[in-house]
Amino acid sequence: MEIRLKVNGVVHDLDVEPDAPLLWVIRDELNLTGTKFGCGIAACGACTVHVNGKAMRSCSVPVGSVANEDIRTIEDLGASSLNAVQEAWIEHQVPQCGYCQSGMIMAVSAFLETNPAPTDDQLAAAITNICRCGTLPRIRAAVRSLAARKGVGGSR
Amino acid sequence: MNRRKFLIGGATAAGALIVGYTVWPSGRLGRANLLAAKPAERFATTWIKLANDGTITIVVPHCDMGTGIFTSLAQMAADELDADWTQIRAETAPSDPLFANSAMAEGFALEEENMALESIPNSLRGPAVNSMRLIAEYMDLQTTGGSCAVRFTGMYGMRIAGAAVREMLVKAAAARMNVPVEAFRTEMSRVIHVPSGTNFGYGELAAEAAKYSPSAHPNLKARSALKLIGKPMQRIDIPAKVNGATQYGIDTQLPDMWYGAIRISPVFGSKLVSVSEAPIAQNRGVKKVVRLDDAVVVLADRFWRARNAINALEPVFDNGGKGDVSSKTIRDQHLAALNNGKVKMDRSTGSGAEALKNGTVVERVYNVPYLAHAPMEPVNATALYKKEGTLEVWSGTQDGLGSRVFCAKTAGLHMDKVTFHLLPSGGSYGRRLPDLWDFLAYAVKTAMAVPGVPVKLIYTREQDMQHDFYRPNVTSRFRAAVDRDGIPVAWVNNYTTNNDPNNEAHILYGVPNQAYGTVKIPVHVPTGPWRSVEASWHGFFIESFIDELAHQANRDPLEYRLALLKEKPRHSATLSLAAEQAGWGIPLSAGCGRGIAMVECFGTIVVHVAEVEVTEGGAVKVRRVTTAADCGMAVNPDGFKAQMEGGVIFGLSAALYGEITIDHGAAVQQNFPDYDVVRLAECPAIEVHIHESDAPLGGAGEPGIPPVAPAVTNAIFAATGIRIRELPIKNHALGKATRAS
Repeated sequence: MEIRLKVNGVVHDLDVEPDAPLLWVIRDELNLTGTKFGCGIAACGACTVHVNGKAMRSCSVPVGSVANEDIRTIEDLGASSLNAVQEAWIEHQVPQCGYCQSGMIMAVSAFLETNPAPTDDQLAAAITNICRCGTLPRIRAAVRSLAARKGVGGSR
Repeated sequence: MNRRKFLIGGATAAGALIVGYTVWPSGRLGRANLLAAKPAERFATTWIKLANDGTITIVVPHCDMGTGIFTSLAQMAADELDADWTQIRAETAPSDPLFANSAMAEGFALEEENMALESIPNSLRGPAVNSMRLIAEYMDLQTTGGSCAVRFTGMYGMRIAGAAVREMLVKAAAARMNVPVEAFRTEMSRVIHVPSGTNFGYGELAAEAAKYSPSAHPNLKARSALKLIGKPMQRIDIPAKVNGATQYGIDTQLPDMWYGAIRISPVFGSKLVSVSEAPIAQNRGVKKVVRLDDAVVVLADRFWRARNAINALEPVFDNGGKGDVSSKTIRDQHLAALNNGKVKMDRSTGSGAEALKNGTVVERVYNVPYLAHAPMEPVNATALYKKEGTLEVWSGTQDGLGSRVFCAKTAGLHMDKVTFHLLPSGGSYGRRLPDLWDFLAYAVKTAMAVPGVPVKLIYTREQDMQHDFYRPNVTSRFRAAVDRDGIPVAWVNNYTTNNDPNNEAHILYGVPNQAYGTVKIPVHVPTGPWRSVEASWHGFFIESFIDELAHQANRDPLEYRLALLKEKPRHSATLSLAAEQAGWGIPLSAGCGRGIAMVECFGTIVVHVAEVEVTEGGAVKVRRVTTAADCGMAVNPDGFKAQMEGGVIFGLSAALYGEITIDHGAAVQQNFPDYDVVRLAECPAIEVHIHESDAPLGGAGEPGIPPVAPAVTNAIFAATGIRIRELPIKNHALGKATRAS
């Protein structure tokens, strides 16, 4: 069965089962390996992508449920020039091993679209991704700096 | 050259390492260039390539698992080189004996076969002995672990290599102008003839400079002359980690590759009895079921098809006679052994345990559970075996060369027939160290079942968590005799081990009579090094017990520690710095408390002060952690702080939630919901203060972890009066109703 998938603005007609996880279709069919496998049960967020601008944990999204939708991965986020979140991640030297950061950046960038100047508590409630290296304090600092640029929020 | 011969022949009884550099002086660079140099680029010496365009590449004999060592090591080489930092690159060394990391000690510092330690500058001698010991212990040559990259590779490899290459560049300029080398200075990748101002870029001198032999004893800069070392630098690996570009082991994609999903026997060490393929006979994309001694692998054309298929199988495993083992039986075994078992004496000072009769005895027992490493990138490896007897493997491990040898051994091939591609790891924390390479073995064996087909074997999170080599479950029993002022005069500590006695059990505090012993517990649960290793348990034990003694003596825990550290000014200063920055002594509201803990490991002293709030319902919130650390000098202070912050989070996850329990001989926890970790909502404010000293460089990746748990449990005691002696904290009721009035 063919499924039409729109990823990073490119249309792919794929012969895959509709219940195949979006994560593995992105990685193994489309060779876009920036989106990571962490837990397989939507518990860690390493596989976060945007579907119509909304953050989704692609390991638990059946590919058939997002046919024809606009899917965006980390490879596209900074393709022309780095996204503000990516820039803040460099400025604050956030990543360590970096493996969870694709998902972190996709989750945070989608969240900031809905709330550009979150408080720490709003950020913590929205972003539940796991980072084992422990980059959380710097993620918080990077988001505070992005929020401060928006002129409001940024602290409790 | 045979790796073992190379190594063992190199490590002499006298303690001098003599491999590498002196064995093949000329052919060596040529072979290195063939293996790892691009056009218009060449090795000047072991770890440094010079290109005609001025680019300088530092070749790093370690894996990148996230601690920032590629940047720190490049800083160390570039500083001695007087290089322009913008022209510095870093890359992973090939998994080849040529780039064995024993060269860090012997290549320059101990270049000559019979070179005596006396020829090493005094300031470097102690650490050099230590580094050789470490190398001898590890013998794996490209190991990343023990917080050793900056301390050893950096100090004895990168700095000396950088200084030697700088001298070669000066020689090349001097030869061009036919004047003595003394007339030159170097700055920003240029060699400058001081009297005339004539100058040359490193790029234009590169080819000529590389023809000189590097000095084994170049002059190193004095600390005051350092420009890059000690300066906070942006990490060179980070840009590729914000756009998905970094290729980890799991990202290996080969044409016509098959994907493997594995099910390993749940009871550690038990065997596969049988498996029927009937349930997956109709599954799309399934290529083959591979039966291994203790596991089943399904190969399919896509990973999700392999995973669905393995989940549909119902393999039968035996239980190896371990079906009755549980966390409870292990605990009973520990307590029985500590109470009645045979204690093997490790060390005794003063009159040892005899001195218990000289005061009032305080006795306590502590325990820490098994812990999984749970790196975000589950363990995986890609392997291609060909009928003619060659093997190629791609994976992120903590030792590229060791992995190559291991894969060769697993396949029964000579290592010359094996290529190993070392890729960055998505976290590791010890999981990918030598002897923990089950995933390499399974990938190689699976690939050998399908010659000619590349196979990528990925553990699901459940397999990764249930088949780890866990941080050991350890029980420790203390007895101290205290005098009338509550000061310990005797300190006796016996603890369980499945290994040798632990150096990290030995205390820093000035207690005149000490005795340590171990009881060996045979358990079938596989264990291995976990970020900070022995210090991860002894740090909790010692810093809990000393805190209990302080409270029992009605003394302030900070002041009590300082009183026992009069001979240790660095430790006292680091403790005082953390306390001062944390506002130690300033009253907190009801239900809140501060706790302090200090652990020294891997050459670095770390003190954490935790500030916690315990609600009436018993919920623990760690609000703030104030850290002071003395690592001598931080090569990249911002990177060092990041490692301390990461250590706090990693240690806090373990302290609050971490435990792998055993039931019916197998691990119970399967994925992050049952092995929870700290997320943003639980992330405390963390401040890190560096206490600089003239001590040798200390490690960064590990030392931040051990004092976290005791700082938090000591703070919980301060807040509630409840003493936690068994981790994790989540298993304890801390609500108002359970507190003593």
